[in-house]
Amino acid sequence: MISIILRTAARFLLELLLLFSVFLLLRGHNEPGGGFVGGLVAAAAYILYAIAYDVPSTRAALRLAPDAIIGVGLLMALAGGLIPVLLGRPFLTGIWADVWPGAGVLYLGTPLLFDAGVYVAVVGVVLTIVLALAEE
Amino acid sequence: MTLALAVAAGFAAALVAPTLSRRLAGAFGWLMAVVPAGLCLYFASLLPQAARGQPMAVTYTWVPTLGVQLSFHADGLALLFALLISGIGSLVMIYAGGYLAGHPDLGRFYGFLVLFMASMLGLVLAGNVLTLFVFWELTSISSYLLIGFDHEREDGRAAALQALLVTGGGGLALLGGLVLLGQIGGSYEITTLLTQGETVRAHALYTPTLLLVLLGAFTKSAQMPFHFWLPGAMVAPTPVSAYLHSATMVKAGIYLLARLLPVLGGTPTWTVIVTTVGAVTMVGGGILALYQTDLKRLLAFSTVSALGILTMLLGIGTRHALEAMVVFLLAHALYKGALFMVAGAVEHETSTRDVEKLGGLRRAMPVTTAVAALAAVSLAGFGPVLSFIGKELLLAAVWEVRAANALLVPAAVLGGALFVTVAAIVAIRPFWGGEVQTPKHPHEAPFSLWIGPAVLATLGVVCGLAPSLLADPLITPAVGAVYGTMIPVKLALWHGFNVPLLLSALSVVTGLALYALWTPLRRATRGLEAACEYGPTRWYQACLDGLNAVARGQTRLLQSGYLRFYVMTVIITTTALVAYAYTSRGAFPGLPSGGGLGVTDLVLATLMVLGAFLTARAPSRLSSVAALGVVGYGVALTYILYGAPDLAMTQFMTETLTVILFVLVFYHLPRFTHLSSTLVRWRDAAIAAAFGMLMTVLALAATALPLDSALRDFYASNARPLAHGRNVVNVILVDFRALDTLGEITVLGVAAIGVLALLKLRPPKEHG
Repeated sequence: MISIILRTAARFLLELLLLFSVFLLLRGHNEPGGGFVGGLVAAAAYILYAIAYDVPSTRAALRLAPDAIIGVGLLMALAGGLIPVLLGRPFLTGIWADVWPGAGVLYLGTPLLFDAGVYVAVVGVVLTIVLALAEE
Repeated sequence: MTLALAVAAGFAAALVAPTLSRRLAGAFGWLMAVVPAGLCLYFASLLPQAARGQPMAVTYTWVPTLGVQLSFHADGLALLFALLISGIGSLVMIYAGGYLAGHPDLGRFYGFLVLFMASMLGLVLAGNVLTLFVFWELTSISSYLLIGFDHEREDGRAAALQALLVTGGGGLALLGGLVLLGQIGGSYEITTLLTQGETVRAHALYTPTLLLVLLGAFTKSAQMPFHFWLPGAMVAPTPVSAYLHSATMVKAGIYLLARLLPVLGGTPTWTVIVTTVGAVTMVGGGILALYQTDLKRLLAFSTVSALGILTMLLGIGTRHALEAMVVFLLAHALYKGALFMVAGAVEHETSTRDVEKLGGLRRAMPVTTAVAALAAVSLAGFGPVLSFIGKELLLAAVWEVRAANALLVPAAVLGGALFVTVAAIVAIRPFWGGEVQTPKHPHEAPFSLWIGPAVLATLGVVCGLAPSLLADPLITPAVGAVYGTMIPVKLALWHGFNVPLLLSALSVVTGLALYALWTPLRRATRGLEAACEYGPTRWYQACLDGLNAVARGQTRLLQSGYLRFYVMTVIITTTALVAYAYTSRGAFPGLPSGGGLGVTDLVLATLMVLGAFLTARAPSRLSSVAALGVVGYGVALTYILYGAPDLAMTQFMTETLTVILFVLVFYHLPRFTHLSSTLVRWRDAAIAAAFGMLMTVLALAATALPLDSALRDFYASNARPLAHGRNVVNVILVDFRALDTLGEITVLGVAAIGVLALLKLRPPKEHG
């Protein structure tokens, strides 16, 4: 079944939802949110796209195969853990940098990289399963 | 520092070997010999330090919280082994280049071989028993890879697995023994343990510790009844047999016994067990050798016998026995490595290793014949060779303790005689007598195939003629490391007419007589050979079959293949175990006091109960899933009501995605019908109700307990200062307990790949 309304809406919703998912990821450290739920929202966005269009065009929109996305996510999380090791600290220690010195408002740290890894891995996991099932 | 680098160099070489071999086809073997040759020179340069009693040592902290160190220690015993490993290693590298010339997997072979060499060096140089154990297991693994190198042969794979299971099983026992030893001795550092001998031997756990360590050593060094894997391992390419299964790896158990002798040795238990096992292996291996006509199996059984001699000497443990052990160990590594390489050269040129199908090769292969003769003189141990000195010391050591154990003297003479017989078979049968038609027309072996054995066999003679060259720099520190105090060892070829010489001569005469009678003797005692069929190989096979039968039986019992049974099994087991644990140790909790239910709570609860009921009674799958969604959203709303927005959000998303997944799956399912009988449904309802009640009771019990807020307070007060975050849940996930999260997302990834494999990697569907 092809719905023009759904297709048109899905294209905007995909971008909006992805933006929202990144928002959830970034605010997660201080407010409700985080990589896991952000990843779920992003995956849901692509699933909506897949329902409106079809699986091949969703794979094209993803650019990277979902199983490869899992690997990228895991490697990002691992990198977040290994950076402190390179600096001589225990594995997965949070290393923070004050991005705006003096103001004390913006800190960036390896936990963000780790959380982004969780986000990407979750997107990959959900889409690997859902798209494979949808193709059956 | 350099000591650790020496071990690391081997591992580095193992990494680059496969790539390099593709670039440099012909000269590769010679190039690969450079690494061990360099290491050999380096180890030789460390000898003076060890002889002064100040061995080089290096320590790195590894797991400081458990007291585990990565330490290396180059004393006399370690250096003796390190020199053998690297020295023979370089000759084997050259030999393998000729033996496997043109083999498509030559690079892989060299990778494994160098990996083994590095592991073995790590084993003997380790200064910490846990470091030692890690390298011990690495040698088992590299041995497995090398035995099964020709992985398309079924017997090769079976032999590799057999060797791995036997030595790996022993390794497990050894780990237990070493941990016990470390706990009793208060340290895992070998140098510290060596000073704790008194404490360890007096401890109540001494006997179990000793037995576990011995089990590890005996399996690795092929002592009876664990010897059977060694002849089996002869399916490996000959360089492997020469290197791992005669000269070095099988001596790891001997090394371990020698290393721990000052700690564990000297007690009656040690003496009785180690001496007896060694003596039985010495004689048994020698007798079994007589029934072999395959050159390599013949040599393998004589290696088993030699390992028995070394074990027996360690069991006796007197100073003379230890001197004999060190000299014999060195001599054996030299001549047995050479003989294996000769056997490989013969096979390479004739395509057979069966002594009954070989003969008169002396014309076609004069150099190999000469090398074989030279090495066989060493094997026989009669002549101006190092092994003669070793044998004299051995017989002297046995004669010395004749009052304690008189049986050892005839056993040693018989063992020596069987060596002479094997030497005669190996050096005479293939090369002398009339020429025999072989599958391949023989030519002299290429230079790379005879240079290695020639060097080793010549060394045996040189060391025999001038034993004082070795005595001070090598033998004395090695014996000193085992014996505890450094006493100069005097070696001489000629001791005058004495009892050991007489016994030695007796063994040679007996051995030659046995050789003369070899064929008729074998024919006459066929029955004994047949009886051996029921030996340890059968036991091993029975254990393996038993294991498979148990696996099959429990799989059939537990793995019905129906999801509903799995769920039922899990739920019933959980309910029963938790209910038992709970009722056996506490009363049921009361209802929580204070704070009644609000209107919203009641509405939510009613909705969820209704949803659950509808899920079970729905007339179609879709309505069932929708009803289940009501329950899920109800849970999510409860999270919101009680202040857990993160959980609620995730729950909402999960519920949504679950519905999507269900819809995708439903598409493939057959029409919805009721298949279960009323009785089955009541049974399921009962199980579900029991589980629900259990969870209710647990929830009540959890709230009834006074809340321990230490953990909550810790996270709440440290999230901001330590992790720069206000959302405690997320801070826990990505910082405080990030390792858990890393594990969880890895599991998720693996699960997704599992689903992908199930969906995509199946045979094409039949279209009906």
